[in-house]
Amino acid sequence: MTALALTNAAPILTRMQRRRWMALSVPVILLAYLAYIALAFDVPGLVQKARMDNAAILVSDFWSHKVHVTRDNRTGAVVSAIEGEAKGTYPKGTHPDWVSVQGDVTVIDLGGGHVVTYDPAGARYVVPGYGTIDITRDGGGVKVTAPEPLPDWINVAPNRVSVTTDHGRFAYSRSKVETFRYFAGWELFFFTLDSPFSGKSVGELAGLALWGDRVDPARANIVAMVQDVWTNKMWRHADVAWAIFETILMAVLGTFGAAVVSLPLAFLAARNTNPVGPVRFALRRVFDFVRGVDALIWTIILSRAFGPGPMTGALAMLVTDVGSFGKTFSEALENIDEKQVEGIRSTGANAVQRARFGILPQVVPVLASQVLYFLESNTRGATVVGAIVGGGIGLMLTQAIQTQKDWEEVAYYMVLIVLMVMAMDSLSGWLRRKLIRAE
Amino acid sequence: MVDIAFGPEPGKRPDPSRPGHAVMQAIRRKRLYGGLLLVIFVAVMASGFQVAQDRNAGAFIEGLSRLDDFPREVLSEAWANRANLPGLMWEHLPSLIETINIAAVSTLFGALAAAFLALFLTRGLAPAPRLIGVLRRITDALRAIPEIVIALVLIFIFGSGPIPAVIAITIHTIGVLGKLFSEVAENADLKPVDGLASVGATWGKRMWFGILPQVAPNWFSYALLRFEINVRASAILGFVGSGGIGYDLKIAMQWGAGKYDQVVAIFIILFLTIVLIDRLSDRVRQKLTHGDAQ
Repeated sequence: MTALALTNAAPILTRMQRRRWMALSVPVILLAYLAYIALAFDVPGLVQKARMDNAAILVSDFWSHKVHVTRDNRTGAVVSAIEGEAKGTYPKGTHPDWVSVQGDVTVIDLGGGHVVTYDPAGARYVVPGYGTIDITRDGGGVKVTAPEPLPDWINVAPNRVSVTTDHGRFAYSRSKVETFRYFAGWELFFFTLDSPFSGKSVGELAGLALWGDRVDPARANIVAMVQDVWTNKMWRHADVAWAIFETILMAVLGTFGAAVVSLPLAFLAARNTNPVGPVRFALRRVFDFVRGVDALIWTIILSRAFGPGPMTGALAMLVTDVGSFGKTFSEALENIDEKQVEGIRSTGANAVQRARFGILPQVVPVLASQVLYFLESNTRGATVVGAIVGGGIGLMLTQAIQTQKDWEEVAYYMVLIVLMVMAMDSLSGWLRRKLIRAE
Repeated sequence: MVDIAFGPEPGKRPDPSRPGHAVMQAIRRKRLYGGLLLVIFVAVMASGFQVAQDRNAGAFIEGLSRLDDFPREVLSEAWANRANLPGLMWEHLPSLIETINIAAVSTLFGALAAAFLALFLTRGLAPAPRLIGVLRRITDALRAIPEIVIALVLIFIFGSGPIPAVIAITIHTIGVLGKLFSEVAENADLKPVDGLASVGATWGKRMWFGILPQVAPNWFSYALLRFEINVRASAILGFVGSGGIGYDLKIAMQWGAGKYDQVVAIFIILFLTIVLIDRLSDRVRQKLTHGDAQ
């Protein structure tokens, strides 16, 4: 007994020793790797390079918008524009109700006692608790009179003065003077300024829709509202809806197309359905090759042949998925229960009948749930592929990001993409449960 | 018997004079439905394809004949300059390593965070069961955001480089692995946990000694599979705007003719890497899930 215990003890002890070494060395190796990565990716340099002002713009744009009130100092014309965009410009001579224009004098109420006045001599900004910042034109430059010492939120350069407070931003230069006032929410999401419904409250809109007089005699109010929202030039709801549809279309065509193509190929690549070894081997290598080449490269090759667009995206996904489906389908075919096939064979069925009645009923639930899994991940993939081939919501998103100012649109598209993927996720999950239970 | 099966009311019942008639009818109905579904499926696919083709710059049939133009052009130029290939492959090796590093770091961080998250998502293990629903929705959202979205937004802040890609892939990985890990943990045996609880172990110790040894092989196998997928994702992200081999590929492609040998060199090393990682992880995962006793 003791002898046995002793002979057993040695290997157990060495194994324990080894485990202890492992427990110690794994964290050390990981830490060393991370240190190497921190150097290789230049993490310290990144901290200096990071543009936190960009981050601030991005975050404030995500949830708020600003209205620009601009005076051209040469012509004296005053224009109000939402986000400073042509599409959001107030019609000539009209302004938001917090801006009043009387002759040469423009008074802008930023709220909380902050008032900006443009007049022929220059401009004034009254900041409560600080005083008045008075700016006058002085020959070629500008002259600032403000309580000394100047705080750091007032920035004075020879030709330019800018003031940033938590009620807005103000900038004066020789050519123009601009005031920005910030508001929560996305601007003009439903109605642009040229719509008669712009700027009305929910109650007013409901009243107009249900019993108000027709604003436009040619259309019922509710129809006019839907049309105005749908054709909103700022947010392009119609285009966005179409882009989402296009993205889902790419995913559906790619996934189901790949399933249709790979099913017969999988029969040719499975050991129990195709006795010809070399064909099986060749097909398997083809599947390996297609998977190995990667979606990115297929996308590039196909866009050269078919040009940019959603069909190219769908084909790229189709080709890539044939590699994965071919492999998993043929494995599923090899794992079936041969008894059913033998039973069908005993009735004198030919190969096609054996496949239809002996094999397919066994594998369809497995294959279908595989395909549905891919449908969900391909919806996400279609966004990326769309960005490369130029189709769908992926393209709109990359374009909005590249302009580097429409961050509210980026946020909108991100929300839509997340909702789209989640919807496809629950749809495919629901179908999968239905299929597996029904079979 | 018929009354028991079909109820006392007179109504539809099987006709004894025609045995098998009801079964045949049921089969026929099933076939009809199946056929109808198939017709609808084909119609949807065909019309969808038509829509996609209308929106495309080039049509399918025309494009088919051009399919091999680009590969042939690229390959013939690369063949003419085949002597350069080994040198070019060597030249692009650092970017390939960067791509792999992006995938590795994000899988590592993602898996660690997901392991922690998964315990909070699993019924019976979560220290705060009330949060399970909320945390699951958050995991779904993390999974739903495509990497490219986060990467492009972060490039605006950090400038292009590997870090935006790492953060983007990590976030997605947390979402995916969190769900998969929690599915594994749900099937874990709770007896060790109860045993540890009975001797007064804290939550952390119960998880570390009771759950982790059970789930580690499966978790590791999922993480490896994810690493494989992340290598591809990081190559694609590079193409869209963050460092690594994808970026090199984009530059070489934009240059066009004259740099096709470079394109081919990048293709080759990327292909070999993906196949190699695929094989390795396949083998390791086989060992992990089926045990190395075989």
